[in-house]
Amino acid sequence: MADTKLAFVVQRPPYKSENPKLAITHAIAYQTVEILLEEGETVTPTLCFIGDGVLACIKDQKAMDTYGITSTETHLKNALLVDLDVFVCKEDLERFGITEDKIVNADDMGADKRIQVVPYETIQAEMEAAKHVLFF
Amino acid sequence: MGVLSIGVFSSLIGSMNLDFALKLADAALQKGHKVNLWLSGNATSLVKKDQKHLKDYSTGEKPLKALLEKGVEVCTCEACTLARGIQKTDAIEGVQWNAMHWYLAKIHESDRVLHIGGE
Repeated sequence: MADTKLAFVVQRPPYKSENPKLAITHAIAYQTVEILLEEGETVTPTLCFIGDGVLACIKDQKAMDTYGITSTETHLKNALLVDLDVFVCKEDLERFGITEDKIVNADDMGADKRIQVVPYETIQAEMEAAKHVLFF
Repeated sequence: MGVLSIGVFSSLIGSMNLDFALKLADAALQKGHKVNLWLSGNATSLVKKDQKHLKDYSTGEKPLKALLEKGVEVCTCEACTLARGIQKTDAIEGVQWNAMHWYLAKIHESDRVLHIGGE
């Protein structure tokens, strides 16, 4: 049995670049990676939003209306549905004046998980616990 | 000897990150390491064949083919590539086409990962 823990850290804002969306979709890919691994091997990602990246976590995004593309919100909901641990930096949310009630959730889709608003030190601990850290 | 996986998300033109990644892959290979290269986002433009080498612009076709011949595993994100209008018939031979789990699987077996995000 071998598990590789990864930390996906999103620090760039959504829609200015593809980075936040690609971080989420790459993290979600842990669901199917087992077909390429030996039996008993797993990959466990966590998804962390810091800096301008926390803007990706605001709910009621209108990407489909404005750009005709799937929103980062939709991808985040999918991440929660597949039980990914998603963390967003409390201090950076406060810096933008974003309150917790403005954060995406997937309750309407029946997800058990919710995005966790945590102090930066928690995200730091996630990065230190990971074998590899991937910055987006 | 170790296993190095490089994930690149930057475009071939407009950034030197892909040039750097190709040179680093070659350097690691020469030291005897195994190298995997994952292309996603704008980096998928690297796989287009018949790139014209104008001296003002980076070209990745020649170094990429050289890496493939030396045994580097190169994979492009199929969705990202097709979304940019590049079909498999347009692509450099030997490049694998797969989904994001390919990258995660290579990371799993790697000693080191260099992840170069997009601009």
